[in-house]
Amino acid sequence: MSDMTSKSVSPGFRSTLRGALGNYIGLVIALVAMVALFGSLSEYFFSVSTFVTIANDIPAIAIMAVGMTYVLIIAGIDLSVGSVMALAAAVAGIAMVQWQWPLYLAIFVAMGVGLLAGALNGIISVAWCLPAFIVTLGMLEIARGSAYIATGSRTQYIGGAIEWLSSPMLGGVSPAFIMAIAIVIGAHLVLTRSVFGRYMIGIGTNEEAMRLAGVDPRPIKVAVYAILGLMAGLAGIIQASRLEAADPNAGIGAELVVIASVVIGGTSLMGGRGSVISTFFGVLVISVLEAGLAQVGASEPTKRIITGCVIIVAVILDMYRERRRNRRS
Amino acid sequence: MNPMPLLRGEGLGKTYVTPVLSGVSFDLYAGEVLALTGENGAGKSTLSKIIAGLTEPTTGRLMLGETPYAPASRHEAERLGVRMVLQELGLVSTLTVAENLLLDHLPSRSGFIRRNELNELARRQMATIGLDYIDPRTPVGELGVGHQQMVEIARNLVGDCRLLILDEPTATLTSREIEHLFTQIAALKARGVGIIYISHRLDELAQIADRVMVLRDGRHIDTRPMPEMTQDDIVRLMVGRDVREELDRPRRPAGKEVLSVRGLSRGKAVQDVSLSLHAGEVLGVAGLVGAGRTELLRLIYGADHADAGDIFLDGSSTPAHISSPVSAVRQGIGLVTEDRKAQGLLLTQSIRVNTTLANMAAVFRKGWWQPASERQQVGALRDTLAIKAYSIEQPVGELSGGNQQKVIFARWLHRDCKVLLLDEPTRGVDIGARADIYAQMDKLAAAGKGLLMVSSDLRELMSVCDRIAVMSAGRLVSIFERGQWTQHNLLEAAFSGYLGTGNAQPEAGSQH
Repeated sequence: MSDMTSKSVSPGFRSTLRGALGNYIGLVIALVAMVALFGSLSEYFFSVSTFVTIANDIPAIAIMAVGMTYVLIIAGIDLSVGSVMALAAAVAGIAMVQWQWPLYLAIFVAMGVGLLAGALNGIISVAWCLPAFIVTLGMLEIARGSAYIATGSRTQYIGGAIEWLSSPMLGGVSPAFIMAIAIVIGAHLVLTRSVFGRYMIGIGTNEEAMRLAGVDPRPIKVAVYAILGLMAGLAGIIQASRLEAADPNAGIGAELVVIASVVIGGTSLMGGRGSVISTFFGVLVISVLEAGLAQVGASEPTKRIITGCVIIVAVILDMYRERRRNRRS
Repeated sequence: MNPMPLLRGEGLGKTYVTPVLSGVSFDLYAGEVLALTGENGAGKSTLSKIIAGLTEPTTGRLMLGETPYAPASRHEAERLGVRMVLQELGLVSTLTVAENLLLDHLPSRSGFIRRNELNELARRQMATIGLDYIDPRTPVGELGVGHQQMVEIARNLVGDCRLLILDEPTATLTSREIEHLFTQIAALKARGVGIIYISHRLDELAQIADRVMVLRDGRHIDTRPMPEMTQDDIVRLMVGRDVREELDRPRRPAGKEVLSVRGLSRGKAVQDVSLSLHAGEVLGVAGLVGAGRTELLRLIYGADHADAGDIFLDGSSTPAHISSPVSAVRQGIGLVTEDRKAQGLLLTQSIRVNTTLANMAAVFRKGWWQPASERQQVGALRDTLAIKAYSIEQPVGELSGGNQQKVIFARWLHRDCKVLLLDEPTRGVDIGARADIYAQMDKLAAAGKGLLMVSSDLRELMSVCDRIAVMSAGRLVSIFERGQWTQHNLLEAAFSGYLGTGNAQPEAGSQH
């Protein structure tokens, strides 16, 4: 009976809201619990400086995590994001320092470099049917090496021209932070509401079925890797603005932090399932953990051990959540 | 019949969200074949999984001989001699036949496998089911699906076996392999093994079953000795109503040509095939497995590339350029694939997503989703096709085979193709859903679509099609008009390409 009524009427706002809360409630609870825990352990945790640290940490990782969510949804992987970010920052740094280019042109160039690297990842793995793991592992080395060559292995000091991107404005948030939020929202809409999003989920679920339904998966896959490259380019600029410099060593290991954030958000490494909003919560979990552990005085090795445990536990919890959801339906 | 049953089930029930099995009681005696039949979703698989220890019953109990029997796992059931050959193959494709057969007790000395002993044991095991011509050192992945199925069966005959469950064992076997299987079943019976045989194929049941047990909607309908039942009786019990097969329906009026194929070839699989398909007709393609039928459909659909030949659409005199499924769909051709799980459906996605996949333009405006419109369109198709699901948001992986196939039909109805290629559209589909699918094909033909249908079930082709093209060894050997064909001359044509070469691989479906 209830099925009949809900079928004829479009689902109301309340059920949509319930669905949305249901999807994110676990992550929100985890976040709140972490904040409460760190708040009780350290009297300095609830302070402006903690907030600024976290807000500064987030944009670069969040922007790359958005692109990585897309890549994991199509059952791909990209290990090169950290290096591509460094290369994009390096090229932007050279452009601004040595060629005296204005910031907006440097941003343009950085994003172009990222787009090119990402598109190459996609084109090579699609054209030769190679595993993305291998292709992007190669790109990780290529981009890092290129970053060293471009900068002569020296950090390029850019200075104030780029700093404002990461400086707090009114309300204490930086332009980079606002940019990240805008990208998260936009990417969420594309994933859930556009043809492109529907195709990504389809390709991640069953690529051959998509092909035989008359959808060519290849351009979509290339586009997804290119988007992630573009995001890595943008993240490079943001990273450079935090340091006021282009460091060729920046972002070593960043790919792992990015993938961890996406996975904590519940996106499946097997493809076909994922959410950009959840990814953003995943980024928050990682950075709150990072800042909180620093506040309570945990050593670097301890921080890494705890972070590792959180990643594994998060995925186990997500698995149970998914099972329960399947049983209910 | 022995007074003491080998296995007795009392009031067995299983409830997931809704009951899928309720109050089923039965006896199985040593040395008999009890056929278990019913539509898909009738509870056959659930019942057999309970017996094999793959799932536990919600209610009721089992007695194995005189002791209560409640296996907690497949392993425990196997220890007690209760074995089940699963529909899905459980073989490791990179290991050899011998390694697969003896996987859980490989003969070894201090951890190292004793190859010769292993292969000899395996050879003997394969010989018991007449497959001694397969080298036990062959990796399983190199065997055809039919042979893999036989290896799977052989594996379950290793060691102690008191009760064997066979779930649609012949679905992928050739008739020669089926013969071997039936001989083996007879030998097992003689050894006193009780066999539960699950199948849709009523002619097979008549050959080997001693008694037949019919389930419908999770309930036990009747169990009777096989000789007392006609096929019609069984069908009536399964469906709960009379299903009439219209073997002599009139030919549909054919319109203008919508698809024409001239000299299409690809290697040895498809050689110089020409045919034409008209609006409003159903053209069947009969043939044995490996005759090139699926390959022909894939060539027309652009999924594979032809070495030679042309395809013409809508009576045009210039060849159509179909380089990929994308361009095929764009030009109004749809394909219902043979393997719907691997090639047709997004199993974890909803009915809604699967239905609109081939025609996104109808549910997106300028690239953005129109949820209400999509729900309305999919809801209407679900009603038209009588897809059984609690909601259009239900993942298609949870649906029965028949309903999954209806979802694929819904996809092409939504796309509104003028030519529909159907590859075994009723494989693994129960009788009730089959009738719905035939009715839908009828409607499509009446609406002026051209349907090209491959099937291994000759009776099905004879009841549904207006013309039947017969392929044999890659060639199209003849096309029969409705009224001209008999089962005999269709089969004769299907075998004709293999005469004298000695490599005919007749298949199960052609043996009706």
